[in-house]
Amino acid sequence: MFAHQLYKKATAGLKHTLNFVKSRRVARLTLFCSLCLSGPVMADLQIPIAYIKQVSDESVVSLSVFQLPQNNGVAGAKLGIEDSNTTGRFLKHHFDLTVIEHAQPADLVAATLSWLKGNQGVLVLDVSDDVLQLLLSSPETSSMLMINATNQSDKWRQTQCRARLLHTAPSYAMLGDALGQFLLAKRWRKWFLVLGQSASDKAMAAAFERASKRFGTKIVERKTWTFDTDLRRSAQQEVPGFTQGDDYDVVLVADTDNQFGFYLPYNTWLPRPVVGTQGLTAVAWHPAIEQWGAVQLQNRFYDAYGRAMTADDYNGWLAVRAIAEGVTRTGESDPNRVYDYLTGDKFELAAFKGRKLTFRKWNGQLRQPIPLAHAHGLVSQSPQQGFLHPVTDLDTLGYDKPEVTCRMVKE
Amino acid sequence: MKKRLLALSLLISNGVLADTAYVTNEKDDTISVINTETLKVTDTIDVGMRPRGIIFSQDFRYLYICASNSDAVQVMDVNTHQIIHNLPSGEDPEQFALHPNNRHLYIANEDDAVVTVVDTEKRDVIAQIDVGVEPEGMAASPDGKWVINTSETTNMLHWIDASTQTLVDNTLVDQRPRHVEFTDDGKSLWASSEIGGTVSVIDVATRQISHTIRFKIPGVHRDKIQPVGVKLTADGKYAFVALGPANHVAVVDANTFEVLDYLLVGRRVWQLAFADNQTRLLTTNGVSGDVSVIDVDKLKVIKTLKVGRYPWGVAVKP
Repeated sequence: MFAHQLYKKATAGLKHTLNFVKSRRVARLTLFCSLCLSGPVMADLQIPIAYIKQVSDESVVSLSVFQLPQNNGVAGAKLGIEDSNTTGRFLKHHFDLTVIEHAQPADLVAATLSWLKGNQGVLVLDVSDDVLQLLLSSPETSSMLMINATNQSDKWRQTQCRARLLHTAPSYAMLGDALGQFLLAKRWRKWFLVLGQSASDKAMAAAFERASKRFGTKIVERKTWTFDTDLRRSAQQEVPGFTQGDDYDVVLVADTDNQFGFYLPYNTWLPRPVVGTQGLTAVAWHPAIEQWGAVQLQNRFYDAYGRAMTADDYNGWLAVRAIAEGVTRTGESDPNRVYDYLTGDKFELAAFKGRKLTFRKWNGQLRQPIPLAHAHGLVSQSPQQGFLHPVTDLDTLGYDKPEVTCRMVKE
Repeated sequence: MKKRLLALSLLISNGVLADTAYVTNEKDDTISVINTETLKVTDTIDVGMRPRGIIFSQDFRYLYICASNSDAVQVMDVNTHQIIHNLPSGEDPEQFALHPNNRHLYIANEDDAVVTVVDTEKRDVIAQIDVGVEPEGMAASPDGKWVINTSETTNMLHWIDASTQTLVDNTLVDQRPRHVEFTDDGKSLWASSEIGGTVSVIDVATRQISHTIRFKIPGVHRDKIQPVGVKLTADGKYAFVALGPANHVAVVDANTFEVLDYLLVGRRVWQLAFADNQTRLLTTNGVSGDVSVIDVDKLKVIKTLKVGRYPWGVAVKP
């Protein structure tokens, strides 16, 4: 018998004691101190946050395994609210989440603007480029703090950044660089690029091509996936021909909506790894991350929602945690003051990625390490060792200050 | 009794008698026992799942072990190395502190945002106290008035009045506070912030931060300097701070708060404990799976010895 089995036997008798402990918790003997904090006197604060979610009105899921949970993203923001209120009860800060969901851009924008009329709050955005454009062009949002939690388009970080628009979601360029650095570290320099036809596929592919140029790797082939037949029963016959080539180290796939990338692993002409949006992926978060205390966050999320935490959930959690950190440290609920703190020198956020996260002042992007994972395991985390930067190696991921043409100056 | 006297006289005549260090191996579910004179592992003991925090009763008869994944605090008879019983601990106990009354254990329940107070004699839970998200570090003041808990995601030190078991105050510190340690005179409290990269020194009378200590090691990125374990010498001279993935222990002048030196130890240095009448300091190095031994007078690392996988906590019996 193994030691842990012996141990399980020994602890069986402990169960009733633990149950007793749990029942005791219902009637806690003690009161927590909700009024006190050493330091400045804190006043009651209410912080309204709206989670703006653009839901899809059509089902484009190719396989049911890719079905996203209905509360994708929202659940992460809700956990962020719960965590922040646990902290807030010691300071008399209360965070409140309203979820606004619509499929049509016009409806979503109208509902958002109507919420803003009644609330001096912060918006957490889970929307497409179109909706983000509409929101940014509404005069009502010009003085509001908005945190983009899911949109990965580089233009919001490079050419169209704006004061009070922050991003917890990493951009395509950050993901591309994170993967590119890893491939270079492995000396896998010859890339066979396969991309889909959607706008986001092209944006992802452009990020891979940008990484290739930055790191001096070679894209030996660039092919657009054009199959319009269902390959579920014929991928083994079709994919080898499609990926035929003299030599490549990896097949790099840009299929952001999971339409075909899953056909590629194990079916390529040469026995090479598949990386990109399938196979080995660069992601903001992954259920297999357990380092850096992350297992606590994963468990907390699983206990609350009965499923694994997705990247969108994580970015929603981060957005709320950043807002709460701003309120906790300043003792103010004014979104402008919170924004000043978040983009100031004092802000830092612990977020289970092994180091502190901060915002890039020049484009509002949250600096963060990017995990590299396959379906059930964490492989690495970028920046890779040896990628140096005069300010912080985290700025080797994505558009760096000199490449950014927009300005964050307040109007 | 005669034997004891003999041992005592030997101790006096030799000047030094080896201590015994107990190191929890988080990934092996074991404790490594180290003779601090020969610096060899003399025994490896099977314990509950994911052992982390570890502490002796004042008479060194019992060793309390946080078996995190077994949701229990185990009590080991130090003479026989047998687990004699488990204490109810609440879920996922990680660190704890023994009150100077030698009876009340204050246990941080990481997953539940509570601190559980257990009477070790009656083996009964006497209170549970709501604290911030992910409670971690625990310390009791030498006079027994205060018990401090740190919460990693709330970023606070929670002040628990030990006479009423109530939370009466909170001190906001830098990101991810991990460990707290009182000075021997009980006048100040040292708290490490892992992600903030700082150690805060708090004046106990006002419960305000009086100093913030920062660290800088040439060639190591500042984000990788992550303070965790803290130990203070009884003579008030030094503070030692384990810097996690920076693989160094900082030596701090406990009076001026100036960092005097950085000592290279094993990888991901986590917790610290003194041995041999504070002439030696042991460090648990999680990633390299070993324990480094520091000569406190010379401020030099004199040896590194292999223990189990992911050594976490360390406690020393004279």
